[in-house]
Amino acid sequence: MKGMTPIVKEVTALVAGFIAIFGAHVVFHGHLSPGGGFPGGVILACGLILLCLAFGREFVTGLVGEKTATVYDCVGALAFLFIGTVLGYYGGVFFSNVLVGGKPDFLLTDGGIILPCNVAIGIKVGACLFGAFLALSLFRPGSKTT
Amino acid sequence: MVFDPTVAVYALIAFMFLGSIIAIEARDLLSTVISVSAVGAALSVIALLVGAPDISITQVVVEVLCLIVLIRVVVTRQDETVDAHPSDAATAMGLAFAAFLVVVCAVGFVGLRPFGQPLLADAKVGAGTMGAQYLEQSFASTGSPNAVMGVLLDFRAYDTLGEATVIFAAVIGTYVLLRKVGRKNA
Amino acid sequence: MIQPGTMPYILAILVLAVGVYAVSCKKNVVKIIVGIMIMEHAVNLFLLLMTYRASEAGVVAPILTRGQDAAAFAATAADPTPQALILTSIVIGLGVVALMVAMALRLHEKYGTFDLSRIRSLRG
Repeated sequence: MKGMTPIVKEVTALVAGFIAIFGAHVVFHGHLSPGGGFPGGVILACGLILLCLAFGREFVTGLVGEKTATVYDCVGALAFLFIGTVLGYYGGVFFSNVLVGGKPDFLLTDGGIILPCNVAIGIKVGACLFGAFLALSLFRPGSKTT
Repeated sequence: MVFDPTVAVYALIAFMFLGSIIAIEARDLLSTVISVSAVGAALSVIALLVGAPDISITQVVVEVLCLIVLIRVVVTRQDETVDAHPSDAATAMGLAFAAFLVVVCAVGFVGLRPFGQPLLADAKVGAGTMGAQYLEQSFASTGSPNAVMGVLLDFRAYDTLGEATVIFAAVIGTYVLLRKVGRKNA
Repeated sequence: MIQPGTMPYILAILVLAVGVYAVSCKKNVVKIIVGIMIMEHAVNLFLLLMTYRASEAGVVAPILTRGQDAAAFAATAADPTPQALILTSIVIGLGVVALMVAMALRLHEKYGTFDLSRIRSLRG
């Protein structure tokens, strides 16, 4: 898997950064515009998979390997649980939104726990789907007993 | 003149129906996979038409990933057994079961609210329903102008935790099935 | 007997029936995975159709924008609750498809075919 033709590689190198920025925008602006952690995470995973398909798998696994993806998967899930538990301890109810207050004015910080929850879910979904893709693409018949 | 999506929704559901029939009857597995992605794309357009941009974005991106994953399974494995047809009795049973499902649902849907007039649009009881309460209170009490995110991560965040657990379990299952290092006596 | 207003729901159930037929009759593992995906799409479509609200303001997404009147928004926007549930169910569907594809790959590795009837006869 040496990657695709130079045309595909050049275009991928141009758009990959914008895909990452768009994914981060969808995650961070989930409570102000359509989007949120679930689609944003899938967009980030799609950007990494595009790099995999264009440049070959070794190029990306040097940056984000299967082990790293698993670690980020667990970190995102535990961060979501942590937010719910700790803020629930201070607020009295599981997942109580103690950060929200004042009059909302369409700002990034208005959502209270919604923004950190979106970031945690974005990391979790993106990492676990990219990890599933890596596991599927690393699989070769007969490789089970290496 | 307000926009009425009813005709477009009918046309797109017909497209989904035809696409799914092509998907399950195609001889080539690659055609099958691409047809089912077309069905998902039609679903995302329907979501845009009936006022659900969140679902539209998610469905488009997920459909792309599904296509990549499914092409991974079919493209390197040519299988000559695609043409193996089930027996006539099995086909008849399957069709009869599917028809039974449609008839039961058609009878059961008689009491359902008509398309375009959900319960929260009702003049008498609509204001007390869950959806209307969420729409009213989402911006004031969670600070989130996007009511879907308000429901997903504030009013019903416990649901979201459960669903994150489900996808975590599914992906861990994928890792376990495809692990490279087997057990000692495997 | 069928009310015209519930016709879209019945069409969604028709799509579900196609998926049920595929799962119950097809012999190929990939066709069965595709049948399950079609059923997921049909159920998501059914829930999605229930969120639509026809109002005098046209189709209003449940997202408040700056300058929009909150009371008019609450009176015309689509139902957010099923939308939130569909949003997560779509992503779960992707995870489940990855799991089923992993099973299909293992089956193909062990038996060399996607055909379920031959896999059953090759047991052992």
